[in-house]
Amino acid sequence: MIRIAGSRLLGMIIVLFLVTLFTYAIFFLLSADPAVQICGKNCTPERIEQIRLNLGLDQPFWTQFWGYVGGLFTGRTFMVAGASVECAAPCLGYSFQTSQLVGDMIVQRLPITATIAIGAAVLWLLGGVVAGVLSAVKEGKFLDRFFAGLTLGSMSIPNYVLALALQFIFVVALGWLPFPQAVKFSDDPVQWFLNFILPWIVLAVGYAAVYTRLTRANVIDTLQENYVRTARAKGLQPGLVWRRHALRPALTPIVTIFGMDVAGLLGGAVITETVFGLNGVGKLTADSITANDQPVIMAVTLLSAFFVIVGNMVVDLLYTAIDPRVRTGASA
Amino acid sequence: MTDDVNKNSSPLLSVRDLTVSFRTAQGPVRVVRNLDFDVPRGGALGIVGESGSGKSMTSLSIMGLLPKGGTATGSVRFDGTELLGLAEREMRGVRGDRIAMIFQDPLSSLNPYYKVGTQIAEAYLSHRSGVSRKQARSVAIEAMERVHIRDAARRVDHYPHQFSGGMRQRIMIAMALSMEPDLIIADEPTTALDVTVQAQILDLLSEIRQETGAGLILITHDLAVVSEVTDEIVVMREGVAVERGQVEQVFSDPQADYTRRLLDAVPRIDDEIGLMRTTDILIPSERRSVR
Repeated sequence: MIRIAGSRLLGMIIVLFLVTLFTYAIFFLLSADPAVQICGKNCTPERIEQIRLNLGLDQPFWTQFWGYVGGLFTGRTFMVAGASVECAAPCLGYSFQTSQLVGDMIVQRLPITATIAIGAAVLWLLGGVVAGVLSAVKEGKFLDRFFAGLTLGSMSIPNYVLALALQFIFVVALGWLPFPQAVKFSDDPVQWFLNFILPWIVLAVGYAAVYTRLTRANVIDTLQENYVRTARAKGLQPGLVWRRHALRPALTPIVTIFGMDVAGLLGGAVITETVFGLNGVGKLTADSITANDQPVIMAVTLLSAFFVIVGNMVVDLLYTAIDPRVRTGASA
Repeated sequence: MTDDVNKNSSPLLSVRDLTVSFRTAQGPVRVVRNLDFDVPRGGALGIVGESGSGKSMTSLSIMGLLPKGGTATGSVRFDGTELLGLAEREMRGVRGDRIAMIFQDPLSSLNPYYKVGTQIAEAYLSHRSGVSRKQARSVAIEAMERVHIRDAARRVDHYPHQFSGGMRQRIMIAMALSMEPDLIIADEPTTALDVTVQAQILDLLSEIRQETGAGLILITHDLAVVSEVTDEIVVMREGVAVERGQVEQVFSDPQADYTRRLLDAVPRIDDEIGLMRTTDILIPSERRSVR
């Protein structure tokens, strides 16, 4: 177990390093000159040169790259308009467009993104698994066909269309939900909840459809297994046959995908956050791409990679805990 | 009182006019037709036939576990109770507790996610009310000891993939005998195993039978297997019993042409050369294509 965790950790560090390297290289090669952006309208060639020197943009690629990597571990200092800005480790850079540390921008927005991702995840996991199991139980019957149609529709409809449609119906036309206001959970939990309910649903719908299909297929497959027949031949109650011998094996693979999906979403739900105007990491990503704010784009990319890699590792470790064949495979 | 007497003199299992049919797009297909046989108390019956001859469907219809779309008609009387048409709830009380089943492939027949001890014990926990997990566990260990699994107290906590094929089949047998059933149905119990392991499992089945006095139905395509374990034999072909009788009698003086050919297909030590006669016993449709 410890050896598995150790080798995973090493692999994770290598992948993260490579992601950092490639992302940095892409922005180094493709980027418009940051110095020009910072300099603004009343700019002279001398000022641009000065900024380049201050930022170390005259240095070769590897020097700049190691400066960035070093900043992640030990922090660094930026010279901005003659003053020095301290950026503590893990330093993700400085956004000259917003005059903020990138790390601070992300830390402010991460709770919103996490709220959206986790809330939606709970919805789609429950909805998808329940609908999938029901479809499998009623295979070929009306309910199965109903869910098949529903999942097809859910997968086909784009997020932003659904978001706008739901907003129009529930907020504008029916008035069942209030207009979103920026509130903290601790100040007004009800308003907070109502703010998030539509984003949760919109984000969850597509995933729920995939999970429904997956669960249905897994359960139907598992019911064909010989060990389910054995369980019936033992005279077990149907509930026990289902719970122990059909659902447990059928749902275990779902854990893998669920971990990966949630991890992926923590990097920001770009479309949903933008459509609902929620100031999370996804909206930050969209905004910084529009404004070509490179340090932010770079940091958001790294953050997403980090979550995906960590999510992967958590799933791997979780799997060794829930599947005895993985856990004790070597001793067979 | 007379009922009790009748009960004890009557066979343990009496199958009459059993017909199993499946609905298909081409209409109903009868995979077992008008089958009759008895299993006396403590007796052992072999059902022999090629794959597709309906022997497995016969056993599943006794257990009330026919796959979707299958129906059984006729009569299956077990210890005085008619099983066909019995309410599912009552049938559940029979399954595992009074009639236990051993399947062909022990790896896929055991759930990979649970310890073998849990899987042996769950039948006991289901059928006996008010027993503790600890009691069920000791029942499981005892059952594993009876099928000669060494170090059962430790092995009870292992998972199926940690056992060899023969050991897994022992687990399946332990599972079947843990409830002290009156009848054990073994459906091709040795087919998935090595030849040397097959012999061990057959010895074990005979031993268990003698120890517990349980009746046994052994379903197989292998005549050699039947001759070792059972007293009586039914030969099935395309859903119909073509021959029945005592094992010695059927082996020495087969009445049906089909049985003779089956016997010829078994390689014998006194054969000159193992002549392949398998084409003779193919089912008619396949034989046509061979020509």
